[in-house]
Amino acid sequence: MYSENVPRHCFTRKDLILPFFFIKSMYRSERQFRAIDFRERNNASEDSELRFVTCQSLWNQIKSETEQIQEDLNKQLFDNLLSFLRRSHSEFQEKTTEWTCQMKSREIPTAALVLGVNVTDHDLTFRSFSEVLQNNITPYIALLEAKDCPDIKNLMQKLMGQLMNCYIDVDSLEDEDSVQVSQNRIRCSMTSLINWYENVTKKTDSETPSKKRTSSCRHWQSPPVVVIFKDMESFTTKVLQDFIVISSQHIHELPLVLIFGIATSPMIIHSLLPHSVSSLLCIELFQSLSCKEHLSTIVDKLLLTTQFPFKLGEKVLQVLINIFLYHDFSVQNFIKGFQLCMVEHFYSQPLSVLCCQLVDTKKRVNSLSHDQCENIRKLPSFRRYVESQVSEKQIALLTADNFLKEIIQKLLEDLHVYHENYVSVLRCLHVFTSSLPKYPLGKQIRELHCACLENRVWETEEYESSLQLARMLNKSDLVTMLQQCVEIFVSSSGKEFDKTVEKLKEFLTQFQKLEVAEAIQERDVSVSSQKELQKKTDLYHLQKTLLELKESRRSKKLTKFEMLRFEVVDYIDSLVRTYLVPADHKTLHEIVYFNTASVLRGHLNAAPRIALHTALNNPYCYLKNQALKSDGGSISNKAPDICIVYKLHLECGRLINLVDWLEAFSTVVMAVEGPNADAASSDQVDDIIHARFIRAVSELELLGFIKPSKQKTDHVARLTWGAC
Amino acid sequence: MSQTEGKGSGALQVKFVPDEEVLKHIADDSGIKVRKDKTQQMVNVKRFVKKLENISDDEDQEILEEKNYVAVLGICAQDSMGNGSSVSGGEVYSFQTPKRSSKMAELASELAQTPGQSVASDHSKCPEKTAKTPQSSSNKKKEFVSTTPYRLRKRLAAPDLYLESESEYSASCSEEEDEEDQKEVSTVLSGQKTPAKTKAASTPPPRNNLGKKNKEDKMSNLVEEYFEAHSSSKVLTSDRTLQKLQKRRLNQQTLHDLLKKAPLAYAAEIKELNQQHESLFSKWMLQMHLGFNIVLYGLGSKRDLLEKFRTSVLQDSVHLVVNGYFPSITVRSILSSITEEVLDHIGTFRSPLDQLEFIIKRFKEDSSLELYVLIHNLDSQMLRGERSQQILAQLSSLPSIYLIASIDHINAPLMWDQAKLSLYNWLWYETTTFSPYVEETSYENSLLVQQSGSLALSSLTHVLRSLTLNARGIFRLLAQYQLENKDNPSYPGLSFQDFYQQCREHFLVNSDLTLRAQLTEFRDHKLIRTKRGADGVEYLLIPVDDSTLTDFLEKEDEDV
Repeated sequence: MYSENVPRHCFTRKDLILPFFFIKSMYRSERQFRAIDFRERNNASEDSELRFVTCQSLWNQIKSETEQIQEDLNKQLFDNLLSFLRRSHSEFQEKTTEWTCQMKSREIPTAALVLGVNVTDHDLTFRSFSEVLQNNITPYIALLEAKDCPDIKNLMQKLMGQLMNCYIDVDSLEDEDSVQVSQNRIRCSMTSLINWYENVTKKTDSETPSKKRTSSCRHWQSPPVVVIFKDMESFTTKVLQDFIVISSQHIHELPLVLIFGIATSPMIIHSLLPHSVSSLLCIELFQSLSCKEHLSTIVDKLLLTTQFPFKLGEKVLQVLINIFLYHDFSVQNFIKGFQLCMVEHFYSQPLSVLCCQLVDTKKRVNSLSHDQCENIRKLPSFRRYVESQVSEKQIALLTADNFLKEIIQKLLEDLHVYHENYVSVLRCLHVFTSSLPKYPLGKQIRELHCACLENRVWETEEYESSLQLARMLNKSDLVTMLQQCVEIFVSSSGKEFDKTVEKLKEFLTQFQKLEVAEAIQERDVSVSSQKELQKKTDLYHLQKTLLELKESRRSKKLTKFEMLRFEVVDYIDSLVRTYLVPADHKTLHEIVYFNTASVLRGHLNAAPRIALHTALNNPYCYLKNQALKSDGGSISNKAPDICIVYKLHLECGRLINLVDWLEAFSTVVMAVEGPNADAASSDQVDDIIHARFIRAVSELELLGFIKPSKQKTDHVARLTWGAC
Repeated sequence: MSQTEGKGSGALQVKFVPDEEVLKHIADDSGIKVRKDKTQQMVNVKRFVKKLENISDDEDQEILEEKNYVAVLGICAQDSMGNGSSVSGGEVYSFQTPKRSSKMAELASELAQTPGQSVASDHSKCPEKTAKTPQSSSNKKKEFVSTTPYRLRKRLAAPDLYLESESEYSASCSEEEDEEDQKEVSTVLSGQKTPAKTKAASTPPPRNNLGKKNKEDKMSNLVEEYFEAHSSSKVLTSDRTLQKLQKRRLNQQTLHDLLKKAPLAYAAEIKELNQQHESLFSKWMLQMHLGFNIVLYGLGSKRDLLEKFRTSVLQDSVHLVVNGYFPSITVRSILSSITEEVLDHIGTFRSPLDQLEFIIKRFKEDSSLELYVLIHNLDSQMLRGERSQQILAQLSSLPSIYLIASIDHINAPLMWDQAKLSLYNWLWYETTTFSPYVEETSYENSLLVQQSGSLALSSLTHVLRSLTLNARGIFRLLAQYQLENKDNPSYPGLSFQDFYQQCREHFLVNSDLTLRAQLTEFRDHKLIRTKRGADGVEYLLIPVDDSTLTDFLEKEDEDV
């Protein structure tokens, strides 16, 4: 510290030859940079560059896919909003300034947009929404966030800044030397806003008639001004009220539309705004898609597809889903986690070079180096495969690289086919299980997917009970399910399902036949029984028939329908058993599956407090020294100073006497140093111990375990509660 | 649902959120249709994992889910780096605090008595020991308390013999001693109870409702204990102070020197740890380039590690190092160093937000600009504020700014809400180094370290050097007067009239007004403080401790 005692505590370092440096950094493109990072750890034999390129291209695909999904999901909502905006100021468009209209238009048209609790995703939604708006309705959009608007003045400033900037942007395309309006010079008031608006609309009206043609196809002559409150809940009530009251005064001069982004529930508008204010709003409610549906779509499109070769293992998926469900409900974070998985996989698994589209695999397999072949031979799943082969083949697999490559190619194709079949059968099974009461296998397909990845699903209790339930389905349900299954199989890319489809169709026709037959039978039965009853009226016979009936009911034979139902369920069961084998039973699954959930969890959902706790209580976890080894719950007295000091402080209450603490510490430390220290208990040693104590205590203070207290002299206060 | 209950209480700000709304967030819209038929009996009620959708359905389900959640998240790491995760949260955030003041000494002696081997240190774990204490009357208790330190002192053979004659132990309020002792007994008793309970908690929670009830009971019990322990403001500790210890206060310099002499324990192991972390450097670079930011946590100073990262990887790139632990660092200074040194922009900004906007604009315009930001102690006093974190988070969310930071405080993650977390886009790395926090703690105003006041001193000299000779003289007069009165504990400061008189005598000012103008300048630089006394007279004071002031005067004398 003394070397840096008069420091600039914030310093940059550039190379002295500055221009040279910048040139260097300009030409060293980002891509090269990252590839270098990849290579640094892995030697070239492991195709690090190729891996990196694969990873990047795959990620780009996935990214665009997710964006597409997001767009599709939001389309409905945006369409509704757009039509609302068009509707809202149609009167203003027509410039009908009649009194009745004016009276009505005291109300500001407002859209309440309920977006759900996943606040982090809202940003993206708003961004794409304002893009859509810009393209379709109006260039005048202001996005306001609560943190920028502590009071009405800031709000107006921000609002005008955004509106006028956008105006400048539009204008600068036309002529560069137009007056640059600086928000600082204009007084921020509603009047100046209105003046600005009039200017702008007039300008486009009169000055550029040629432009008008082009612009009017996108926007109207006087497009509405849209103000979006991104996080309505966090705005202060006062600001919102003031803004609404003020702008409602000017609504017939300025076609304003408000959009509230709401995370909780629409009730919040009424609890935030008093009636007098909320009556100035003409609110229409819009509901965005729930984040869970969004996640389901993402899972559906990213994981349950053969489009992307990269797959998530069961534990990893579980961690990601748990973070989603228990922490943030954020789809964006889920996708980020997915990205991290990919990067980790391609970074740490040298064989991930084979994790690519099927068309590329052949080339890549052929170009595998000897080292990579060895890597493959080391894979546990491959070993299992080798052991199951005959001995000559075993030798060939383990020695001849070329033979190995052929086999790898075949195995990878197998794996691909497995995935194709897996997805279809999984969907089919989901059709059955998702409608069972109590959902023994989960309601969402992702739960079913996890269960199937985890272990053989047919061995689980839940599967057993769901089959039992499925055997009790009624006919109409069963038929619709079968129809759905047929659709799934027909649309699937798997080639093996022709037979399955036929079989299922056969079932369906049988059911239809059954229906007809039953109808006839029923009529027969009822008629005959009635006849019988009419015929035999004496008591004896009646008794007899009743007994017979009872008998027949007890040893009731299965009806045809029940038989058929069993057959169907058994068939589905057989499909499950053949196709839903867990992935880690498959050879070479390590290439495409990312399974190290602990890494993922450590990076995304870390527990810093627990790490500190472990380090302080059990330093042996980190410092592998025999002297530190101890039984659970206690520490050795040779532990680092801070551990001893920490352990001692745990024995205290709210306040700690420093003298006592120091004494206890020195007792421990002196004992470790042994009898010779006792003999030479000079001031020197004492001072060193004192200094060590001071350091340890100030470290604890830095970590936030204690703080100085003025309650009593030479005391510190404990900030944590509890001992361990 | 508890929200609806709390609606009535006026003190709490609870908003009404209807159950349906809450449910809608949690459950699927389709809801749970439980078919009423005989199948229900056949279905084994044991459910499949983690169905949040059904949370409203059964209560036992909740517990099962909770367990599963813990199980899944608690997947123990196989690698050596993540072995911190094996501890469950209940162990870290336990609620029992033994309150006896002698405990520490007892533990110390125990640790000392058995050198070389581990000690069962935790008293709550050996019930026979704790069982002894509660039976003892308050009389016995005292005896017990005083003996332990005595035993200690014999072992110490320390020079502080005179301490023995004094009463060791006094409550802050003596007439209530009995009562407090009794309270102590009760806490010890309850402390004895709790281990058994925590053990129950560590076993998987039972699935039935009974288990849940138990858990609730235990929770409320713990809560009561907590408030009981914090209810009285009196704390029972010994009255000894450092002054009586005849140990001089060390200043930073001597402390530093002494610590240099003390060998670093387990240097080899620490080095090994560091090497493990250093192997991650290229990975960090990769991940930063992919849009993530890195945060390091774990015990031990991460300064050297980051420094090594900087020198080995960032040699030829533009980077900014922020020493967050420095007591006067501000976000503004960070932003200014970016605008001035990286963007070569000369000019001022009205607010940090404007500055941030400028930076964001520049970085978006010029895609070739790249900047690495290293922040030591992102959780330091000065940076942990909400606004600073918001600005830093926004900065870090830029695609061409790569942030790598370290945190140390146990509550550091509380700085970030969901929005900031998503801006930061952290990847957490556990880097426990066990190396001492040398730099980080050197600025801390530690209780045991005598403040050298070098900072205050340098700021004093800096400001004064820019002033006129007369102004310096004025300040000198005030300083001298304050030093003359340093033994007077109730010294209120120099009154303005007296001061004016003295200044006139030294021909430093010629009017009341000039002195006032001068004083305003001092006040702006925080060199003096004015206080109005009880009689309405203005008193002037230099808010610096006496030793610093003496140093300052000596230095001034040298200069003259």
